[in-house]
Amino acid sequence: MKILKKISAVLAAAAMVLTLAGCGNSENASGSNASGSGSFRTVDQIKESGEIKIGVFSDKNPFGYVDNEGKYRGYDVYFAERIAKDLGVKLTLMPVEAASRVEFLETAKVDIILANFTVTPERSEKVDFAPAYMKVALGVVSPDSAVIKDVSELNGKTLIVVKGTTAETYFTENCPDVKLQKYDEYNEAYSALQDGRGDAFSTDNTEVLAWAKSNPGFTVGIDTLGSTDDIAPAVTKGNATLLNWLKDEMKTLGGEQFFHKDYDETLAAVYGADDSYKENLVVEYAG
Amino acid sequence: MQEVKVLFMGSNFLRLLSGLWVTVRISLISIAFSLILGVLLGAVMTSKNRVVKVLCRVYLEIVRIMPQLVWLFIVFFGVTRLTGASFGGETSAVIVFTIWGAAEMGDLVRGAFEAIPRHQFESSLSLGLTKPQMYVHIIFPQALRNLLPNVINLATRMIKTTALVSIIGVTEVLKVGKQIIDANRFEFPNAAIWVYAAIFLMYFAICFPLSMISRAIIKKQRRGE
Repeated sequence: MKILKKISAVLAAAAMVLTLAGCGNSENASGSNASGSGSFRTVDQIKESGEIKIGVFSDKNPFGYVDNEGKYRGYDVYFAERIAKDLGVKLTLMPVEAASRVEFLETAKVDIILANFTVTPERSEKVDFAPAYMKVALGVVSPDSAVIKDVSELNGKTLIVVKGTTAETYFTENCPDVKLQKYDEYNEAYSALQDGRGDAFSTDNTEVLAWAKSNPGFTVGIDTLGSTDDIAPAVTKGNATLLNWLKDEMKTLGGEQFFHKDYDETLAAVYGADDSYKENLVVEYAG
Repeated sequence: MQEVKVLFMGSNFLRLLSGLWVTVRISLISIAFSLILGVLLGAVMTSKNRVVKVLCRVYLEIVRIMPQLVWLFIVFFGVTRLTGASFGGETSAVIVFTIWGAAEMGDLVRGAFEAIPRHQFESSLSLGLTKPQMYVHIIFPQALRNLLPNVINLATRMIKTTALVSIIGVTEVLKVGKQIIDANRFEFPNAAIWVYAAIFLMYFAICFPLSMISRAIIKKQRRGE
């Protein structure tokens, strides 16, 4: 009986191993782009491969979104297309979520993140930021019936934020009396605001201004909150060649006022061609 | 009401369908793997060996305790971090749903076997059936009958849970829906309800037939008794 027991134990163990191995093998067979290593790619390696992978938002109109024809559009995408053109490689856009942007870079699943990525000290420890191409502050949007005009009015109330955004960090650190209701995606956050599940919603001012413009019944009561933040491209920590290439590239682009043109092409339709607003938002790198 | 047209603008409807295909593809492959591995695991789980039992129990509990979202992060990002190996988004999704599905499936198989009364085994043998004959003619048919409704239930749960994969960059039907809502949010701010309604119908079209099969089987079973 003892021997039988032993045999069955070994068989069971073997089956477990087979289960796991079977898993791995089958996935490899059906697997798609296994890039082989988790480390970043230098500019030469990107050029050699003929393809650059850039992470953008796919549902953050007008910065990164997919239009009705299934094409990526927006301020970030316009820049991404230019980067690929100047590197002379094919552009592959990866849809990312706010909460997974850092991970995508840390595991080198993308070469660059161009997803409305705000520069913060915490993030700078994990990824390397190139110079800014846009600047924003936080804004708070609330229903017309109970407009929030000052942060102090939020005490004891429920504020909607999107996970992994600057707004979440700001309110967690500076306003302990504000109850935060967190969502994974912008879409869900806006639905929550419309359904009255929270008293107000906070994220980048660009975002709330654009949204309030097309959603009657809601007002941006606070349009500049916290410090003005830079939006910049980010690369994997330590990827010096790509970072330097980006700096040079942005210097050239600054010379030709590329981001003003980018604004006119992608953002003017939403924020208006108003020059004062454009100057507030757009940053050209002077080197 | 006029927001309905958002669904049919450009290639939107086609994109929703191709998103649905991604959902179906991930679920079907995962369910197929889960069935095969789950039956094997279930057989192992019925073992009397305590070490084996504990190992299986630990695996099952770990899979159940950790949310699928965490698993997706572990497989898609964690594996790359630890080993440098990199799976694509869809592959990672299939791995995660197979790990989960196989565990649940194994437990269902174990349950189905253990639910068969002892005397079924004993009377088969005393009637002179060999062990393989006993399994093929007496045990498996009964176990299968117990198992099928539960398996279909698990399958529909897996289909619905695939909505999480957008976090690792896979654009399935729900994500396509969100993209469509967002692309039109300035012109048609209230299109969301229609897009979600369309997605609801799509999930329904896939899950409802499965539920029907499950109900039909239960009915047949009742009549059999």
